[in-house]
Amino acid sequence: MTAPAEQIAVDLERQREVVSALRTFLPESAVLFAQEDVKPYECDGLTAYRQVPMVVALPETEEQVCRILKECHARKVPVVARGAGTGLSGGALPLGNGVLLSLAKFMRIVQMDVRSRTARVQPGVRNLAISDAASPLGLYYAPDPSSQIACSIGGNVAENSGGIHCLKYGLTVHNILKLRVATIEGDIVEIGADALDAPGYDLLALMTGSEGMLGVVTEVTVRLLPKPEYAQVVMASFDDLAKAGEAVASVIATGIVPAGFEMMDQAATRAVEGFVQAGYRTDVAAVLLCESDGTREEVADDIRRIQEVMEKSGAVQTQVSRDEPERLRFWAGRKAAFPAAGAISPDYYCMDGTIPKKRLGEVLRRITAMEEKYGLRCANVFHAGDGNLHPLILYDANEPGAFARTEAFGAEILELCLEVGGTITGEHGVGVEKINQMCAQFSSAELAVFHAVKWAFDQEGLLNPGKAVPTLRRCVEYGRMHVHAGQEKFRSRFKVQGSRFKVQGSRFKVQGSRFKVQGSSNIGRPMNTKFPTLNFEPGTLNTEHRTRNIEH
Amino acid sequence: MQDVVENLSRLIRDAASRRRPLCIRGGGTKDFYGGEIRGDVLDTKPLRGIVSYEPTELVISARAGTPLVEIEAALQEKGQVLPFEPPHFDRPPQPEAPQPPAEGQLSIAPVPTEEKLATLGGCVATGLSGPRRAYAGAVRDFVLGARILDGKGAELHFGGQVMKNVAGYDVSRLTVGALGTLGVILEVSLKVLPAPAAEATLRLAAGPDEAITLMNDWGSKPLPVTATAYRAGSLSVRLSGAPSAVAAAAKKIGGETMDATHAAQFWSDIREQRAAFYAGNQALWRLSIKPTTPPLDLAGPQLIEWGGALRWLRSDADAKVIREAAARAGGHATLFRAVDKTAGVFHPLSPGLAKIHRRLKEAFDPAGILNPGRMYPDF
Repeated sequence: MTAPAEQIAVDLERQREVVSALRTFLPESAVLFAQEDVKPYECDGLTAYRQVPMVVALPETEEQVCRILKECHARKVPVVARGAGTGLSGGALPLGNGVLLSLAKFMRIVQMDVRSRTARVQPGVRNLAISDAASPLGLYYAPDPSSQIACSIGGNVAENSGGIHCLKYGLTVHNILKLRVATIEGDIVEIGADALDAPGYDLLALMTGSEGMLGVVTEVTVRLLPKPEYAQVVMASFDDLAKAGEAVASVIATGIVPAGFEMMDQAATRAVEGFVQAGYRTDVAAVLLCESDGTREEVADDIRRIQEVMEKSGAVQTQVSRDEPERLRFWAGRKAAFPAAGAISPDYYCMDGTIPKKRLGEVLRRITAMEEKYGLRCANVFHAGDGNLHPLILYDANEPGAFARTEAFGAEILELCLEVGGTITGEHGVGVEKINQMCAQFSSAELAVFHAVKWAFDQEGLLNPGKAVPTLRRCVEYGRMHVHAGQEKFRSRFKVQGSRFKVQGSRFKVQGSRFKVQGSSNIGRPMNTKFPTLNFEPGTLNTEHRTRNIEH
Repeated sequence: MQDVVENLSRLIRDAASRRRPLCIRGGGTKDFYGGEIRGDVLDTKPLRGIVSYEPTELVISARAGTPLVEIEAALQEKGQVLPFEPPHFDRPPQPEAPQPPAEGQLSIAPVPTEEKLATLGGCVATGLSGPRRAYAGAVRDFVLGARILDGKGAELHFGGQVMKNVAGYDVSRLTVGALGTLGVILEVSLKVLPAPAAEATLRLAAGPDEAITLMNDWGSKPLPVTATAYRAGSLSVRLSGAPSAVAAAAKKIGGETMDATHAAQFWSDIREQRAAFYAGNQALWRLSIKPTTPPLDLAGPQLIEWGGALRWLRSDADAKVIREAAARAGGHATLFRAVDKTAGVFHPLSPGLAKIHRRLKEAFDPAGILNPGRMYPDF
């Protein structure tokens, strides 16, 4: 077992100084420092890394955010911004000598503009809450990360969150128009515009996915899309992974851009079927789900062609969803993949690499070989449309040495993703989790550019220091360690416990769904084991908010 | 090809050591765009060729000097397109159109007309997108990765060839529209999309208020609209997608159907600014604003695109008046083509943003040699 990050003892004098500075303009209840008050903030969704922050600040207004940043900047106190705390890479891990700036009170949808199809929202607003609010207007917000029921839009901007519809509808960066950002110096800048573009450099792109390193988002203007009129899904079963991989390419070659395109291998479908009876065949090598949305005419055309291609590609069976409940049932299985993995194994570790789709067969073969090498099982779920692979390594944290093997397995998968021309993270972010692998993906000159970009926004390096971009020194040390270790290229130092991401310090409750998110509870799996339990209202297309995409 | 890159790198290092500005140029088709052009020409045309193209991955990678026509031809062969419909501005303007005015202020020799061919590098550096932008996205939305040389001549690679990638800051998108001020683009990977199976262009008679209302109404419904343009009482709308979807939407929208050849020409003339509206020497302003903004009360003819979000204006009105109007409408105004650019080409930045811009410029190009003044006079 690798040791979790070392807890840093709090400098009490410093703490007193910061608390009293913040309490000059914040109420007492908004500045926390007592151990029992700050403890809930010690980690985000990556629970293996824990660090109690020196102070937690809970501002309610943009002005307060700016003042907090000004005070911290003046005192050289580092600041970590936090939304809902659902991030999977430790991006919101606090600092023992820093202020944890919670945006949890920024829960307001400021304005919903039907005419221009935009919504101005505060950063703490939940991803799904935007679609819920837009639904009566016939609109929705497209990016739908797995944690959309709990994750906040501010966090989505920080991570450039994706979801299942990325191939057709894009990531966060494609679906936002404007940000209000507080700089570390405590000034507000507006980035982007109510228009489709803005003068100067594309800072909107730069801010999106910057993991809280460049500024603190205080308001987001998102684009809303008209809800598709209709959706249908084809489920195709294959007795051979390579054939399934080719079917993916063949569907794309027909000129269809599926709204969702997912693959599960046999380990995944077996886990899922045992957990929720979605109707997947468990005697096949892979199951593909391919969805079309749009006008009824368009969907009918697409579905017919998708089915043809699947059959030509050697599918042993294809089924088209006959009605809305059946469509949702097909998806329910895919959505249950993570909790299902949790049900068949005490623990699982979710990876997040992206690969060129054409290399899928090869990658899966090599992952199978790794299963033997590490003596661990791995279930694979794959966003086939955009190449984002989520291998779920199954292990038992109580078994001595199991996590170390899991970690090495995961590292080798990431290495493989890089080798075939992919990336170490498709949508979960680098955070603290993959910081060493950044040394493998980027040259020192490229990392130097990242540091220079950070410097342009934050010259003292006070915003979320130590995340996302490794220092050159760290890479040198990592390289040396790698050489000395002489085996795995990647060695990270953290431990993932359970890996069901925990939301701590979140104060909201989600109603109308069986995912309960309150205080600290697991949202990686439903609170009761029945599935499907998501926010669907089957049969009523108009109320479909894309919640069918709770999974990755 | 590495020798070409090394040569460019050497030229940059050399220029940096002497603090001599470089003018990065491919086909020179967009010399008219942006601020002052000066310095020694750094020719990107030798960086030519498609590096990889995988139709089933929906990704193409090509070197910066590759002509857009070459890329578009390769895509067309596989039934795919650049979804953002980039303008080329290749062909010399029509006889009645103005001579590209900015060339009057070039301190470098213009590219001979026969060699003028828009390149991928210029397309990405200017970040200009065509009629489909409001519906499919802009250049920046399709850039997946880029190789660049920074102002120190270092070769850097950001992003990649995959659609989801959150490792590191999104520097490849940052190069889009940066007008070469942050680095010399060497190679770009783009997401591409299938060409629509069917298209139809409809024309409706409408007043300007009504046209803007209609454009926004269509935008809020699940209709396969891919372009809109309004000029002088005539509203054109293009539908693209599955034949059945196009037919169904055409029925809902109504109006007169334009024949296909005429329609293709019409949208290409809009994109390439060959339509009559663009002829003449009067300054051409580009106002990018909130799409629901009613017709702007500014002197001079206007052409509306992008569902109301883009307003082209021919006007000699005071730059300040035009920029204020754009800002009030939630956007900004660019002096797109003009003989006299003393008013500044791009909308002034707020002090906070200007500071970040200057620091980014300093980070990427500490000697300040890459296209200085092309975007803003002070960097």
